[in-house]
Amino acid sequence: MTTETRKVLLGPLFDNNPITLQILGICSALAVTSSMNTALLMSLSLTLVVAFSNMFISTVRNHIPSSIRIIVQMTIIASLVIVVDQILRAYAFDTSKRLSVFVGLIITNCIVMGRAEAFAMQNPPGISFLDGIGNGLGYSLILMSVAFIRELFGSGSLFGLQIIPLLKDGGWYVPNGLLLLPPSAFFLIGILIWILRTKKPEQREAAEFRIHEPAKGEYH
Amino acid sequence: MSVISDVLALPNDSRKKTYIVAFVLCLICSVAVSSAAVLLKPVQDKNKQLDKQQNIVAIAGLAQEGVSVNEAFKQVEAKVIDLQTGEYVDNIDPKTFDARAAAVDPKQNVVLTKEQDIASIKRRAKYATVYLVKDGQGQLQKIILPVSGYGLWSTLHGFLALQADANTIVGLGFYEHAETPGLGGEIDNPNWKAQWVGKKLFDEQGQIAIRVTKAAVPDSDPRAVYEVDALSGATLTSNGVNNLVHFWVGPDGFGPYLQKLRQGGGA
Repeated sequence: MTTETRKVLLGPLFDNNPITLQILGICSALAVTSSMNTALLMSLSLTLVVAFSNMFISTVRNHIPSSIRIIVQMTIIASLVIVVDQILRAYAFDTSKRLSVFVGLIITNCIVMGRAEAFAMQNPPGISFLDGIGNGLGYSLILMSVAFIRELFGSGSLFGLQIIPLLKDGGWYVPNGLLLLPPSAFFLIGILIWILRTKKPEQREAAEFRIHEPAKGEYH
Repeated sequence: MSVISDVLALPNDSRKKTYIVAFVLCLICSVAVSSAAVLLKPVQDKNKQLDKQQNIVAIAGLAQEGVSVNEAFKQVEAKVIDLQTGEYVDNIDPKTFDARAAAVDPKQNVVLTKEQDIASIKRRAKYATVYLVKDGQGQLQKIILPVSGYGLWSTLHGFLALQADANTIVGLGFYEHAETPGLGGEIDNPNWKAQWVGKKLFDEQGQIAIRVTKAAVPDSDPRAVYEVDALSGATLTSNGVNNLVHFWVGPDGFGPYLQKLRQGGGA
């Protein structure tokens, strides 16, 4: 693996993660992470869509008239998402029912559009495909970590298998209901960003302004 | 081939190329989307069928651990009835009868007037499939009725299961809807669905008494048996559920059939 491919494929995992560094695709990360099953299916769908949309957009990049650039990108992305949605309905019916609108909403997922504009429009198809896979993996990594914590402590299970016996079934664990609600994903993603930026200080953004420090005697 | 290379050689921003690119792209994408939809339809329909059976089994309380849906569904007998008379119709095969297709077929439907149409479904099929659960002796135990009606965003499709008295509710559940997840979508919430179990449709005078209400009375009140607490944040969906239950157990829905069952002449 050359250094460039490695950078394109593995960079988005920690160094340039679409969720924790670019803060893209947060909405679906909140909605589908209450169980590992839905999170895995969503990760797979998104990874496939980003990879293939990058590839197709990159293939035609030299022939896209600039006046309809965004429309062309959206049409390609939307078609891919519909195809993925149809496949899920045929072969993963139960999970796709729980994902409900969120598969369709991949169309508006900022990661897909962002990679198309930022990478696929300037680079050849092969490397664009890898960039899509890389960003999909970066998204998946965060989704799966959040879903792991939410499902394990929210329902005491992983992938639907009971890991911690619940009190209501005669065990000892009282599940934390907050973890099943969307706001908990906010806290978890926030904590992940915190950890990542502590480990990698170069990801910290410069402060945009300083809070005015009160002069002595200004406190009451 | 020269046509293609001619087009590709055009400057990107020329009007001609813009139109051609847009047209070709739309053509390719629509072929991809429609072939996916057509090729996968049989598998999706099979899933839907299984899902419907699973819903019937779950709503009627027939689900057992270790018993497959197909196996559990064997206890259920499907029959087609004429909604207007409430009589069984034997010359229509319930396996092939599709009430949802019939509802939009002018030959097989009834257009509802504004006064009748409290569930906002505009038209309904003349016939409907009911599902009967019988015990070992052939005694009727449960009746499962298909119900549908408009919520906030979508038509809700589901089943209402009743005891053999055609009055006590065994369960109500929806297998297809597109209400807002987290608000109206909470009609799928097991806690909310559990409220329906044991409620009664009709009061002692035979009037429809069941209702979904924001101010449900406490359990000790005699009226509690007719009241279901509405979903918070989903008034229109709750109203929709209330209206569709009223419609389908009323005179334009399964009313005549339920009346027959209550008088003991039914199954």
